[in-house]
Amino acid sequence: MARPDRRQIPGILWLPAGLALALVVLPVIGLVTRTDLSRLPGLIVSDSALESLRLSLETAAMSTVLCVFLGVPLAIVLARAALPGIRFVRAVVLLPLVLPPVVGGLALLYLLGRKGFLGYLLNVTAGIEVPFTTGAVVIAQTFVAMPFLVVSLEGALRGGGDAYERIASTLGARPWTVFRRVTLPLLLPALGSGVVLSFARALGEFGATITFAGSLEGVTRTLPLEVYTQSEIDMDSAVAVSLLLIVVAILVIVVARPRALDAIGDMERVR
Amino acid sequence: MSLHAEIELSRGAFELDVAFDVPAGSVLAILGPNGSGKSSLLGCLSGLLRPRRAAIMLGGRGLDGLPAHARAIGLLSQDPLLFPHLSVLENVAFSPRSKGTGRARAREVARHWLEQVDAAEFADRKPAQLSGGQAQRVAVARALAGDPELLLLDEPLAALDIDAAPAIRGLLRRVLAVATSRVTILVTHDPLDALALADHVLVMAGGQVVERGPTRVVLGAPRTAFTARIAGLNLIAGTATADGLRTADGSLVAGMLAPDTDVGEDAVAVFAPSAVSVYPEDDGHPGSPRNTVKTVVGTLEPHGPVIRLRTAGEGWPAGLSADLTPAAVAELALEPGTPVWLSIKATTVMVHPATP
Repeated sequence: MARPDRRQIPGILWLPAGLALALVVLPVIGLVTRTDLSRLPGLIVSDSALESLRLSLETAAMSTVLCVFLGVPLAIVLARAALPGIRFVRAVVLLPLVLPPVVGGLALLYLLGRKGFLGYLLNVTAGIEVPFTTGAVVIAQTFVAMPFLVVSLEGALRGGGDAYERIASTLGARPWTVFRRVTLPLLLPALGSGVVLSFARALGEFGATITFAGSLEGVTRTLPLEVYTQSEIDMDSAVAVSLLLIVVAILVIVVARPRALDAIGDMERVR
Repeated sequence: MSLHAEIELSRGAFELDVAFDVPAGSVLAILGPNGSGKSSLLGCLSGLLRPRRAAIMLGGRGLDGLPAHARAIGLLSQDPLLFPHLSVLENVAFSPRSKGTGRARAREVARHWLEQVDAAEFADRKPAQLSGGQAQRVAVARALAGDPELLLLDEPLAALDIDAAPAIRGLLRRVLAVATSRVTILVTHDPLDALALADHVLVMAGGQVVERGPTRVVLGAPRTAFTARIAGLNLIAGTATADGLRTADGSLVAGMLAPDTDVGEDAVAVFAPSAVSVYPEDDGHPGSPRNTVKTVVGTLEPHGPVIRLRTAGEGWPAGLSADLTPAAVAELALEPGTPVWLSIKATTVMVHPATP
């Protein structure tokens, strides 16, 4: 079997590549070495750690689902609609990437809090109060994670072009049929990697969650918030919970990402 | 159902303005070079392009306001564009299913069409496993499976290699020969496609129709230098005389008058490149040919098994084509700029009226 000649990579690139990898890996190693390994198992399965793990997984999953239902239509509109000012809209969608998450959380608080116009409406008409609830966690996570999904999908849509959709419509398929049978199946690989990115981002969200949802144990204290809380009391505990978070993140990325990448080369039948 | 179309559109600096009719059950070829507007025209007919003005009637039904999926059309391009995530069978069944047919029935229809195009063995394969020619075969089946009333072929053979093209041309010929009321429009730059597949031809240049008529008539007896070039023939314009054609500068081109040509009217003399002999400049040009003229070699290009020589220079001898064997080109040491004598046998020159 013939393998590509790896000497094709300019030798000079290996050094910065190694440094980049070190920048990511060494701090994690530093974290592990600092731990008191004997206390580790007990700290990881403590009630508060497990509670925050459960909350993190649930809220991140819900946010990812919300990202998909809102983000896919948005990506399609951005990539395909020929509206005036669409470039501006595209830039606005990327706002949560640039905005410090704490500011994002404050903005959500001012919108949906008791004095915010939407919050006031919800309170008066349906008695719903959003801030400092689990729902607020989901909203905060969706706010920061959705741009990742939209960006990866929009890139794939624009790169792929609309030739298949056009021919599908000449074959008699109405726009919804074209979306369901052509656009969506062809988008699955990009959707797969976009979903993994969004989930990972939602899992790690801290700033927006703490300002908008607060840190109430069992209700809004996700894993990152638990780390922060523990860091003020018991550093070993904080480190243990951090490791838990890292392991979960690695599992998600390692398990899901390669499959999403493989799917690019092997389009699966949708039925 | 016959097609009547009037279309006006502009794309950037390009203006297109055409009107034509196609009888039910027939095939119209639209010939022209790249940039003449042929693909834009098909885009308007398919509904994928919105023109400035269009009146398109198919069997009494107005198509111009309808979106592509409501027009009962089929489109085949040079790129087969088979859906990569569906099997060949599912691809061909796509159109019937989109139009409401149930899954089982659609698959039957698909199998029928795959058999018609000799691709039944590929039914369970994915498009990535097919060669270019095989994929285009399946694309023909897919376009026809939806039973379109208007079939649009956009240079279907252009991307195929030299071995695959004749097979697909033959397939299209077979499929289009079946009697239906379907109207077919074929856009191509190759006159061979038009001759093999079309009943009528429309020649387009610069967004306008330059010539139209039955295929053999237009390509056998072109009226404009442009069409002649596409048909691979030589054309000289002038006035008909008893012996042939008198050019603008007074020279006489000896030839045979076609039955409908009157002496004195505007006419064109048409002859094939294979009827032109080339002699070196210092040759005391012998023999019977009466049409001899001195000119200069412009370009030399391979054309199948022969070399096609195009002349340069001025006046009516410029831009003529002659076919020579590679050996002859070598023997005569021909290069761009070499002065030569051209000799055309009068019996091979046909003089037709300039306007039909």
